[in-house]
Amino acid sequence: MQHDLQSNGLNGKRPIPPVIRVEQLTKNYYMGRTVVAALRGVNLQVQRGEFVALMGPSGSGKSTFMNLLGCLDRPTSGVYLLDGLPVSKMNANQLADIRNQKIGFVFQSFNLLSWMTALDNVELPLVYSGLSRAERQRKAQLALSIVGLKSRAHHRPVELSGGQQQRVAIARALVTSPSLFLADEPTGNLDSQTSMQIIAILQELNARGLTVVLVTHEPDIAAYAKRQVKFRDGRVLEDMPNPLPIVARLNFGHSAQLSEEKQVTL
Amino acid sequence: MNTIKDEGERELLQDPPRHASKPIARRKPQKYRRARGFQGLYQSTGSALQALRSNKLRSLLTSLGIIIGVGAVIIMIAISEGNTATINQRLSTLNPLQLTIRSGSTSTGGVRGGTGTLQTLTQADADALGQMKNVTAVSPTLNTNGQIVFSSQNWQSSVQGVYPSYQQIGSWQMQEGNFFTQADEQSGATVAVLGQTVVDNLFTPLGIDPIGQQIRIGNVTFTVVGTLTSKGSTGPGTNADDVVYVPFSTAQQRLSGSQYVSSIVLTADNSSDVNSVQSAAQALLEQRHNISNPANDDFTIQNASQVLSTVQATAQSLTILLVGVAAVSLIVGGIGIMNIMLVSVTERTREIGIRIAIGARQRDVLAQFLIEAFVLSVLGGIVGLIIGPIGAFAIATTNKFPFVIDPVSILIAFGVSALVGVVFGFYPAQRAARMDPIVALRTD
Repeated sequence: MQHDLQSNGLNGKRPIPPVIRVEQLTKNYYMGRTVVAALRGVNLQVQRGEFVALMGPSGSGKSTFMNLLGCLDRPTSGVYLLDGLPVSKMNANQLADIRNQKIGFVFQSFNLLSWMTALDNVELPLVYSGLSRAERQRKAQLALSIVGLKSRAHHRPVELSGGQQQRVAIARALVTSPSLFLADEPTGNLDSQTSMQIIAILQELNARGLTVVLVTHEPDIAAYAKRQVKFRDGRVLEDMPNPLPIVARLNFGHSAQLSEEKQVTL
Repeated sequence: MNTIKDEGERELLQDPPRHASKPIARRKPQKYRRARGFQGLYQSTGSALQALRSNKLRSLLTSLGIIIGVGAVIIMIAISEGNTATINQRLSTLNPLQLTIRSGSTSTGGVRGGTGTLQTLTQADADALGQMKNVTAVSPTLNTNGQIVFSSQNWQSSVQGVYPSYQQIGSWQMQEGNFFTQADEQSGATVAVLGQTVVDNLFTPLGIDPIGQQIRIGNVTFTVVGTLTSKGSTGPGTNADDVVYVPFSTAQQRLSGSQYVSSIVLTADNSSDVNSVQSAAQALLEQRHNISNPANDDFTIQNASQVLSTVQATAQSLTILLVGVAAVSLIVGGIGIMNIMLVSVTERTREIGIRIAIGARQRDVLAQFLIEAFVLSVLGGIVGLIIGPIGAFAIATTNKFPFVIDPVSILIAFGVSALVGVVFGFYPAQRAARMDPIVALRTD
């Protein structure tokens, strides 16, 4: 498999590898003597620019799969190529660098550092990339303006609403220009109006070329993705395109906050 | 819909090069690592300080162990050095070549009830000892206490009858005038040499030069022929300057009337002969007193160099004890830091998970928590450095010690405190660094 990736006979030029290429991926957990097979051979490819929703009930293996995609964990067997890179063979430091540069995480519970301002939070991944302070601040400001929160750069998470916190988290995931944007139940802690804002932002980012993988158990949310992959018992049960994804609309009458900020930002 | 529209959009959302990128870890590793190391350190320091600031009380309590530890080390070393200085000052009045022979048994040595309780030594003994080889000077002493009166002033002091050679034995320097002479001794002249304390109490208030003045000791009138330079007050009860020396014969005839002497002091010609002179003196006195069994000796011989080494050894073991106590308190402080850092790591599990998820390497997390422990202990160390000398000064002044602060002790205390932070911070930091990000992110 690596072979056809590397030698394609196209005059030394390589084709664009898929963002995610997973083959026969398994993951076992060992609890004493019992082996729990969380993933039983998953095959999946995600091309650049896709918007994939990973679905499945709890225990279906989607969380395990998401951890493997995010390089937070290593598979028991199988191959995982991220952007063509054989991450399943990398050591801990290399994986840290992959997480830093190739992956943007967004979590259900935002996971911002409460004592830092929005700007500091967004800068944090760049600190581990070794960028200068000026460069970090410039990029973090850009990322905050993309999510419409430039005016809130110096607020701390407690001074922001849930939706705003999640947008800061999105900015933090964006700031390293990742190849893969991984969102784990990003709307799980938000009301439906705010959820729409977040989904709208993800759709917009995706429209600009970002590859988004969204983990959700809510079919309503998955309906906004271009492709839906359903997990069951550690395997891919169903993998189907969603030819007509719903486009998230911001109801300005009900989300005065965002529109207000839009006026400030734009 | 236009959620995203900004100048930054193009840069951050610009797709990476469309051909497969080389593995990240191999990209310009040298430059990349260095930049990251420096920024990481800077950032780790920043977040460490931030964490400490947001938990002020806890940080203070944690540092308290180190503050007390460092302060204790400095105070203890200052006390023991002040103590040593005091002892050395007192011992400087001791002549290491000197042997002092007293009446009485060894078992009660220094705490005898005073002269006169058991008297066995005579002037003849002293003169016989003076004939031994390797003895440079000998003097019997006859101690009495007397009320000394000059004009309107009076002062109680120790009046000692000694030979003129006592000036050499006691290493006395003359402030003014001369010590009395052999002729004075032979004629039983009523002349006196005054210690500085006596001069200060009898003559200084009146502004009169003591030389040639008449003083009264008991009911005998003496002429002051000399005053002694001060050996320095060495604390209450041990003031070598509070003394009046008169010729031995005069003291025996006019003040005491006793045929016995309080003690005999003699000096050896050099330090290698002190011990042989001591045993020769013992043998001679046993022979003169008809004693066959040394256990029945009716005198004791005190060897100044033995006293010196004994006292110095005592001072040294006191130093070791004090430093040991201080070191224990530093270690306890270190354990306090480890304890709080472990709590801190547990509390901040989620933060650690986030940092790992966004690309912190193990050593970035390790560095952050190590720096935090280091900063805690160094800050504690700095406060201890301020408190220590203040405490040492307070103790020195209240106990009339000399205030001695050794800069080396300060450096050692500070260095050890920083080391304690790193050593005891390592385990918690390592636990943080090895945390599983999946578990950490799931923790509340």
